[in-house]
Amino acid sequence: MNENRRSLLEARGISRRAWIAFVIVCASIYLIGVFIWGLLLNPETYAVHYENKFLAPSLAHPFGTDFMGRDMFYRSIKGLSTSLVIGVLAAIVSSFIALFLGIVSAVFGGWVDKLVNLAIDLCMGLPHLVLLLLISFMMGRGVKGITIAVAVTHWPALSRIVRAEVLQIRSSQYVQTAYRLGVSPWKVAVTHMIPHVLPAYFVGLMLLFPHAIMHEAAVTFLGFGLPAEMPSIGVILSEAMKHIVTGKWWLAVFPGLLLLAALMFFDAIGENLKKLWNPSSGNE
Amino acid sequence: MQLKAEHIDFRYNEKSPWILKDVSLSVEEGERVAIVGPSGYGKSTLARILAGYRKPVSGQVLLDEKPLPGKGYCPVQLIYQHPELAVNPRWKMGKTLTEAWQPPKELLDRMGIEPDWLTRWPSELSGGELQRFCIARALSPKTRFLICDEISTMLDVITQAQIWQVLLEESEKNRLGLLVITHNITLAQRVCDRIIELPRLNKDL
Repeated sequence: MNENRRSLLEARGISRRAWIAFVIVCASIYLIGVFIWGLLLNPETYAVHYENKFLAPSLAHPFGTDFMGRDMFYRSIKGLSTSLVIGVLAAIVSSFIALFLGIVSAVFGGWVDKLVNLAIDLCMGLPHLVLLLLISFMMGRGVKGITIAVAVTHWPALSRIVRAEVLQIRSSQYVQTAYRLGVSPWKVAVTHMIPHVLPAYFVGLMLLFPHAIMHEAAVTFLGFGLPAEMPSIGVILSEAMKHIVTGKWWLAVFPGLLLLAALMFFDAIGENLKKLWNPSSGNE
Repeated sequence: MQLKAEHIDFRYNEKSPWILKDVSLSVEEGERVAIVGPSGYGKSTLARILAGYRKPVSGQVLLDEKPLPGKGYCPVQLIYQHPELAVNPRWKMGKTLTEAWQPPKELLDRMGIEPDWLTRWPSELSGGELQRFCIARALSPKTRFLICDEISTMLDVITQAQIWQVLLEESEKNRLGLLVITHNITLAQRVCDRIIELPRLNKDL
């Protein structure tokens, strides 16, 4: 946050932490709102109406309609919600893999550590999109293929972070001292280690969402992901490509902006959580 | 009670040179011993071995003829040179101070720890202020020997004097053995009964 904005906020008596909390709450409301709205949405709202083909954005159809006369606003909401479901699944599965591998490799060290690092390097060395395509194709494409592919390929970066954090705190003087002061290993883990790893883990988790959603959209866009009849941002954007040259700009712009907003909000949550957890900013 | 190091050898791995070779020393309870020596002679390594933070390659550390306890409160406590690394940056100072015991108000007053500091984060205190917490944390009655690894090197003179005053009083009162590791020969002469020069002890080096 730049100095001007900061002093402006302080002048109004708003602390920086309160502002950060406000940003996080707003972003969460948008994301959770879209998620739930999309889940509960009546399929009638984005059903086919050939009489309404290619309508430009208006009050009745804020995002316009596509070549089958489907309302793009509801379709985008539904699509983004689908992406969020896949993102949540990917984040849960990948972050568990990351947490497990990271802790195991830091705590046991030796050949376990070497093996985990080898796996991480292997996954990171391959272009991510290629890996996604391979796994999605192997798993029979469609919803199942893309979900599994996105879920099991997003752990390497987070594993490295968790591993580094555990290694660092394990050798820190205050943890060593705690052991010599007779504090039990279990209590050291709960009071020293978990609070140390958790912030990085949650930030990593939040920053993992946009990746997962982007990759889902990208693989679907390339035709290896979700089926065409299922509303999703990837499908919408790849269909929009066909019509953009004929001036149907709204097909790509609005769903794209919706996706962009979701990604930026996830990023904002992650970055602000990082600030909120940093103790040196405790009084700001 | 007696803290004794017997024929301590240490190096980090099989290829690295020996840091300590056949080092033996002993400290009686209530005794104040200084270990002096130039940088890189293994003073801090010896301190860590004596406090049980590291295992020597061979030789042993004995407390009343018994090895140091592996778990539970260790009667030999070590105070580090850099207090800012020895406190959890995510804990307020009050929690750090009482991690092992509840230091009495009277001790905190003598250490110059203001009650108001207990609710602060470590990043809001200076090195000298943090060092007072580290010392108070280690002064539990269960501590029999205190190893001070350059604890006052980076502090201002007034703080140094104050901290050593308290440590000497505690050493008198509780028959606490002090092992003072320092570059500062004047400090060693002023504070300690006996001075050991590590280069002479370290036979092969």
